[in-house]
Amino acid sequence: MLMASGEILTHKRYGDAYHSLTIVSPEIGEQARPGQFVSIRLREDSAQILRRPFSVYRMHKRGGWASTIEIVFDIRGAGTRYLSQLRAHSTIDIVGPTGRGFVMPKRRAHCLLVGGGIGAAPLFFLADELRNEGHRVDFVMGARTSGLLLNPIDVRRLASVYRMTTEDGSQGDRGRVTDVLAETMERCGTEVVYACGPHPMLAAVSEICMERETPVQVAVEELMACGYGACMTCVMPVRRPPKRGEDPADAVVYARACTDGPVFNGASIVWHGSGTEPVAADQQELTPANVAVRDTGLDEVEDEHAPPGN
Amino acid sequence: MARTKADLTTKLAGLDLVNPVLVASGTFGAGREGSHFVRLSELGGVIVKSMTLTAWRGKPTPRMCETPSGMLNAIGIQNKGVDHFISEDLPWLLKRDATVVASIAGNTVEEFVKVADKLRTAKGVAAVEVNISCPNLEDRNDMFAHSPEATAAVIGGVKEALPRMPVFAKLSPNVTSLTDIAAAAVEAGADGLSLINTLMGMSIDVESRRSELAGTYGGLSGPAIRPIAVRAIHEVHSAFPHIPIIGQGGVMSALDVIELMLAGASVVAVGTANFVDPTTSVKVIAGIADYMTRHEIASTAELVGAVKLEG
Repeated sequence: MLMASGEILTHKRYGDAYHSLTIVSPEIGEQARPGQFVSIRLREDSAQILRRPFSVYRMHKRGGWASTIEIVFDIRGAGTRYLSQLRAHSTIDIVGPTGRGFVMPKRRAHCLLVGGGIGAAPLFFLADELRNEGHRVDFVMGARTSGLLLNPIDVRRLASVYRMTTEDGSQGDRGRVTDVLAETMERCGTEVVYACGPHPMLAAVSEICMERETPVQVAVEELMACGYGACMTCVMPVRRPPKRGEDPADAVVYARACTDGPVFNGASIVWHGSGTEPVAADQQELTPANVAVRDTGLDEVEDEHAPPGN
Repeated sequence: MARTKADLTTKLAGLDLVNPVLVASGTFGAGREGSHFVRLSELGGVIVKSMTLTAWRGKPTPRMCETPSGMLNAIGIQNKGVDHFISEDLPWLLKRDATVVASIAGNTVEEFVKVADKLRTAKGVAAVEVNISCPNLEDRNDMFAHSPEATAAVIGGVKEALPRMPVFAKLSPNVTSLTDIAAAAVEAGADGLSLINTLMGMSIDVESRRSELAGTYGGLSGPAIRPIAVRAIHEVHSAFPHIPIIGQGGVMSALDVIELMLAGASVVAVGTANFVDPTTSVKVIAGIADYMTRHEIASTAELVGAVKLEG
């Protein structure tokens, strides 16, 4: 993780609502792993002082675009509106790559990637890397309507089997990703699920995976002030192993999405409510091994020390 | 005319600091997080995230929302407790030659004193900042910092536990008379004051009609509050000119540091700006040297309270 400046190489549009910026920042690009994110500062005199975090959508490895990173976003407020107005050759200030990314399976595995709306972004970088390492990639992608499916053409190219869902039925199956998830897992012989999207979707995906005892890694997107582990605003309630005699319901810690995540074991997140009073909790248990990796089943997992691709 | 390099070394309540720039509590973790971007030994000091007697889980989310030129936070002092600080964070910080200011918090006077007791025997803590902007469980959850009596009780207890350690009381600006609270802290033995903690604020999502924070209210920080910090520092420095002040509140640049010092701060802590640019503290140090050279100021002490007022 470092702070660097980046030059915008291209600004593109995807579908009805998404903007993409391809950024030249070799120091950051070379280190980025799927599931990690970058934080971008808006202009210096802005009343919006905080950086905006974006997961890495693509990392380009070869040719003239080597080590460029691409982010995608929709306009949610003044900050993203400003970024959507940037054009080629603008310079931006970036911190990254940040966080624990997706854990790659060590042996050949059938991987199912599940994305909702713009949340599907980090799954493309992940799909590239999984395929490079020889894993099978299947895809379920959903959105409210067809124009909000993120780059469906690339999904078809990357996936052995893919399913699209839209809530209005304008493309693929009418409904949500969770309506077709179990069926797709069955059909594809899925051994690990990777998901990113809104919380209710991640909660439902995690539940289905837990019922089927399939490891599930989810990348969460939380509000954050600093994006490097200091401010403690972006936390997720995560179960840890209870200590002797401890009620498992109390064995919950608030883990930082930025540096303990953003990828967590979906089965360890407390999706529905959590304690509201400050209570004693021993966070020493909160190691990478039992947050991001624990119970993924594929115990011969690699982590961020894995060489990038190929 | 040949100009000599500005001397940034600064005295603070008997401590010799390499410069007058610290990082504020809760904005640089226990140093590790910020150390990705800054060499901690280059800072005047690191005020670590507040520590409590036992680990605190903190409040549910959302804990933060951005506001014009600032942000609100309601974290609930999530921390691993003083024992963890002493066994893990402190040795790590000392290995990196950081000047460590321990921020302590609690919900009762006894909790503050017990944390202070543990720090007495921990080698290497340079000073203690007492975060009295905590709910007082023994007085209807009102903040200690809102009452001169509660402020005096905490500071008196901590000072008794740490007679040889510089102790700074971090005051809340959410009071009618800041000088009354400052007087209580000073009379109770505070060696210095930290001004200011965040301002209590609230933000509502009008579509859902819910507070933007799970904790309903939160602390406002960032450049939005800087004029209030400048006023508060000036007011307290005018009343107690010999009490050193750690100025904090919305500092983004070197000139902001100078502004707080002119108001009466002996040193300044960079807070929310660390989130915006984690290298702010070191950039600010270079900028102070430039200012001092430009104005032919030999020592940072010349800046303290040096604002010129009419009449």
